[in-house]
Amino acid sequence: MRWDWIPTYWPDFVDGLIITLQLLSMSIIIGMFFAIPIGLVQVTGPRWLGRIAQGFCTVVRGTPLLIQLWLLYYGLGSLFPSMPWIRESWMWPYLRDAFPYALLAFSISVAGYEGEVMRGAFKSVPKGELEAARSFGMSRFTILRRIWLPRAFQNVLPTLAGEFVLTLKATPLAATITVFDVYGVGTMVRQETYRIYEPLLFIAGIYIVLTGIIVLFFRWLENRVPRAV
Amino acid sequence: MLDLFPNLHYLSFGEGGWGMNMLRGLVSTLQIALGAYALGLTIGLAGALGKIHGGPITKLLLEIYTTLIRAVPELVLILLLYYAGTAALNSLLEWMGQKPVDISGLVAGILVLGIVMGAYSTEVIRGAMRAIPRGQIEAAQAYGMSRITLLKRITIPAMIPFAIPGLSNLWLIVMKDTALLAVVGFTELAMTTRQAAGITRSYLMFYIAAGCLYLLLTLLSNMIFRRLEKRARRGQPELT
Repeated sequence: MRWDWIPTYWPDFVDGLIITLQLLSMSIIIGMFFAIPIGLVQVTGPRWLGRIAQGFCTVVRGTPLLIQLWLLYYGLGSLFPSMPWIRESWMWPYLRDAFPYALLAFSISVAGYEGEVMRGAFKSVPKGELEAARSFGMSRFTILRRIWLPRAFQNVLPTLAGEFVLTLKATPLAATITVFDVYGVGTMVRQETYRIYEPLLFIAGIYIVLTGIIVLFFRWLENRVPRAV
Repeated sequence: MLDLFPNLHYLSFGEGGWGMNMLRGLVSTLQIALGAYALGLTIGLAGALGKIHGGPITKLLLEIYTTLIRAVPELVLILLLYYAGTAALNSLLEWMGQKPVDISGLVAGILVLGIVMGAYSTEVIRGAMRAIPRGQIEAAQAYGMSRITLLKRITIPAMIPFAIPGLSNLWLIVMKDTALLAVVGFTELAMTTRQAAGITRSYLMFYIAAGCLYLLLTLLSNMIFRRLEKRARRGQPELT
């Protein structure tokens, strides 16, 4: 085994790590932003809205992320160049880059999977607590903000930790549409140095460390949140 | 609808259509998924028994196996296991004085995904075995059942209702993970789709078609697993 390529490629790996972390954190933030209403309308909203949310979750969870990613990048991306008004707009430079497509695909994926998780979370909050809040005269939004949402999150923190680890482990797929994340850099190193295992083992180590950080962060978070009785 | 799919005939089954190829891709996806799932369950059962009854070294090794596999992205694992696996096999064959072989894509895909799934199913099955009431095992021991009989007659049947939700999830995951094999060049549904889309240049249509096929498999599997769970739970109180 030879590891002398590490110093040469160190800056590339740092860049790749930044891309991976950006992709992970931004897609979790955007995805969760949509996952909360998607979960909520399935529990309380109008029937038709709940159906749409449920259908969205089924489609996202029922197809491989790789296909979704390629659908967006190659499929949708192949439509844009034929539309002149898009080519002339300010969006064009972004639409030619692969990162926005990866971000969109991962955000949709997080919204779908975590929408399902949040549905269960909202359902698991005891009815009595919500009724108590209502009898205090809280408005529906106040109930959501003060009682329902915090209690729901409290119940699913361990699940979310596992889900975000899965999201992290899915980010290498972005390399298949030319995003240079950690995995993409690793692939480049493999092609340039003709080493088969070492770069793979190296990036495997990076992902293990990142997984560890997510797990530890959520353990810390769980300890800070008062325990559910 | 704007003329989004002007090339619908590319999906046909006849001359110049990719329908037949897509179906072949679907079949090999199913083959890999079923094989990997079966291998994963076998590893999982053995792993769960090892984690519960094994000695300290077995337990430690299994812990390392499940932790590492579950912390490394599947894509990296597939590459690592594929290259390391073929290299190990060939050096073994060389040592035995045989000629090196080229492992078929199907076998390699099944082995690699099976090893990955084994780690996940170990945890699922271990959890399900832990959920069996202690008294049932003790009663069987009191009847003088041997360990094999106990496993066959009590542990496995009693664990299945607890394990089915987790195992059905794993089946859905392994089915979708077969798409990852396209990245290392196996010809399954995702790879076929990619080729078809590239050659005909109707990307959107082919990826949507592939998505529909995967979705169909998922919905069908959900139905089957719901039936199985109902059957496995017969005579038991409803879950709340």
